[in-house]
Amino acid sequence: MEMPEPDAEILAKKAQIVARLQAVLPDGAVISDVAQVKAYECDALSAYRCPPLCAVLPSDTGQVSAVLKICHEMGVPVVPRGSGTSLAGGALPTADSVILGVARMNDVLEVDYDNRFIRVQSGRTNLSVTGAVEEDGFFYAPDPSSQLACAIAGNIAMNSGGAHCLKYGVTTNNLLGVTLVLMDGEVVEIGGAHLDASGLDLLGLICGSEGQLGVVTEATLKILPKPEGARPVLIGFDSNEVAGACVSDIIKAGVLPVAIEFMDRPCIEATEAFAHPGYPDCEALLIVEVEGSDAEIDFQLGRIMEIAARHNPVELRQSQSEEESAKIWLGRKSAFGAMGQINDYMCLDGTIPVSELPYVLRRIGELSKEYGLGVGNVFHAGDGNLHPLILYDANKPGDLELAERFGADVLRLCVEVGGCLTGEHGVGIEKRDLMVDQFTDADIEAQLRVKDVFDPKWLLNPAKVFPLQATQARRAG
Amino acid sequence: MMKPVDEQELGAAIAGAEGPLRIVGGGTRGVDCAGNVLSTAGMAGITLYDPGALTLVAKAGTPLAGIEAALASEGQRLPFEPMDHRGLLGLGGVPTIGGVVAANVSGPRRVQAGACRDSLIGVRFVDGRGEVLKSGGRVMKNVTGYDLVKLLAGSYGTLGVLTEVSFKVLPDVETSACVVLRGLDDRQAVAVMARALGSPYEVSGAAHEGGRTMLRVEGFAESVAYRAGRLQELLGGLGEVGVLDNPAQVSAMWQDVRDVAAFQGREGDVWRVSVKPTDAPDMVAGLGADAVLYDWGGGLVWALMPQGADLRARMGDLRGHATLVRGDSFARFHPEPAGLARLSAGIRAQFDPRGILNNNLLNGVS
Repeated sequence: MEMPEPDAEILAKKAQIVARLQAVLPDGAVISDVAQVKAYECDALSAYRCPPLCAVLPSDTGQVSAVLKICHEMGVPVVPRGSGTSLAGGALPTADSVILGVARMNDVLEVDYDNRFIRVQSGRTNLSVTGAVEEDGFFYAPDPSSQLACAIAGNIAMNSGGAHCLKYGVTTNNLLGVTLVLMDGEVVEIGGAHLDASGLDLLGLICGSEGQLGVVTEATLKILPKPEGARPVLIGFDSNEVAGACVSDIIKAGVLPVAIEFMDRPCIEATEAFAHPGYPDCEALLIVEVEGSDAEIDFQLGRIMEIAARHNPVELRQSQSEEESAKIWLGRKSAFGAMGQINDYMCLDGTIPVSELPYVLRRIGELSKEYGLGVGNVFHAGDGNLHPLILYDANKPGDLELAERFGADVLRLCVEVGGCLTGEHGVGIEKRDLMVDQFTDADIEAQLRVKDVFDPKWLLNPAKVFPLQATQARRAG
Repeated sequence: MMKPVDEQELGAAIAGAEGPLRIVGGGTRGVDCAGNVLSTAGMAGITLYDPGALTLVAKAGTPLAGIEAALASEGQRLPFEPMDHRGLLGLGGVPTIGGVVAANVSGPRRVQAGACRDSLIGVRFVDGRGEVLKSGGRVMKNVTGYDLVKLLAGSYGTLGVLTEVSFKVLPDVETSACVVLRGLDDRQAVAVMARALGSPYEVSGAAHEGGRTMLRVEGFAESVAYRAGRLQELLGGLGEVGVLDNPAQVSAMWQDVRDVAAFQGREGDVWRVSVKPTDAPDMVAGLGADAVLYDWGGGLVWALMPQGADLRARMGDLRGHATLVRGDSFARFHPEPAGLARLSAGIRAQFDPRGILNNNLLNGVS
């Protein structure tokens, strides 16, 4: 993956840059030691690494503003970083960049149950947002798999999703307001505890802009009352096609499950061997979860099982206890870890129209044979967001590149059938060069012009999202 | 009047325009500005409807009624319950789906299912340069590139003319019921609505008007009966409680809330105020309004004001904003803080460098 050449002038000014940053930050908030900055050399896309010039860990909006102002004046690129869990390289530095980490900004600023929101500093982890309100019966809905570690700042940057989006939406549907610091240090407030924005929906634009338009330091998030209960049903099928058809039929029947998760045979086998959730021996498996009171759950699961029964499932297992529910979910939640036991893997994130599921899974199987690399599929079937896991051997020369070419073919396939390159992980560096497969030059140019408004000097996370050649002139300016 | 039939014609019309253009869908939203009329009526029709994927794609000039009928035939609906402005504004015309998106029109279910922008998953449009552009698509999880979909929703035609819009739709419900409390004052009503919306009983509408506080639940019959009962128990001590469980009556009641029927045919300016729900009663107390309707649990206040009364001045420095929906004594849209205004103006200048699309509408100089 190509990254721009570092600017020699900036590298030469390192001491001066560090000194100015130290002057506006508390002791220990500037990390410039060559050994220590290595901690910031990559995110969860760890195949790509580059230590930054230095890293800063400000404590509040004012400090973030001061840092950006200095970098703006000195023409230094800034790469914002939440918890560094991006699978797309969203927080990958360049050697001439300053990493701006929000990890020390994790306070809860306000909790308001009457108006159902929480205001937090953006470095707070996703799960600890729910943690702050769950004793009082509330939760924050978006639940990316990395929720134990990932920061709200990164969730906003990538517009993260999770398993429960079918009912609750993704980050953008649960975000009410942000405090945003622009690259020149200006602080703007967008939205707040009221529901609608006035004027253009800048909040919607910021969410998912991958840290390229500004740095979010505080966020007002919608919190929801916890449902009375939730329970899954596990359904096994002898083909992917039938499982796909069953998903469509459940949705068409008017039942809206909170999650519909899909796993194929390679994933089921790996997971069974790894976590022993007691999954059936079958080609495809669905976990369908509904919420409500006990009676409501019985009723909804009854409908779902009736529909499933028409598709001749090899297994139809309604959870009978909290314990059994946890076990059913355990398998799904450990699927990535289980695949990781087999080999290194690359996790893709394309979305397709649900109706194309059988065709796309068949094509992925064919590509797997062509490339000679194994693949397992585990994904959010209700919304068509696929996560094919391509297995490769990082120690085998050429294998990573082969896996990347396979991955690119799968993502192009997603676009071909009417879907997109990324459903919840973001473009980062990983899918930068595939943007031309989804967008015309004019579509891309329109997005670049939006960045021009927020960051005319192109200093914020500049080498991400768009193909490098499309942004070269702007980055050089 | 120009009425292009496809994106190419529309692109040529905009690129060749020598002065301001006034973009018109059905003309039912009371949005007015100077310029040659450019109608989207020539671009109509549902281009894709996949009930099993909860997805509908339609050209911008498609009448809303046609879309709602197509969805109803498969037992589905638009989640955000778009308001019909015609009664309130005394207008005729046929609402189009493009107009719904351009004005981000939502209804009472916004508290549960989000606004129009939350269900919108893709747009195609032609910008002020005449370029055909797209963002999003037909899948409900999509973070590829910047989310211009949200930016276009509620941009009132100032960034581009929509040609096609895609939605995530939802199953329609088997039935609905409404828990009604009587005799609460505004502050009590907002507290009751907060309690109901903070309960696990999935309230899909919370409004207060004319001494009635209304809480809607929707779903399968068994669920609706159960949840209405639990709400009644939860709120029983707080006022005189009853349950309306005739679906036709419930539907009529919420259509009246949605379309602000209480103000229809009455003199005065109509304002729509977005605030933090618990701030609403105190704000209303200082308005001197002739009538008020609280929707969204208090987060949306409709106020009927004497003509020419400056509601914004009476809001003081409260966080939130007010739109003048009917009347012409003030700018339609709330002035934005300087930083946001500068960003918004910058974005408009990028998409429409000549400033010809619904010129000045969002600058408040209509």
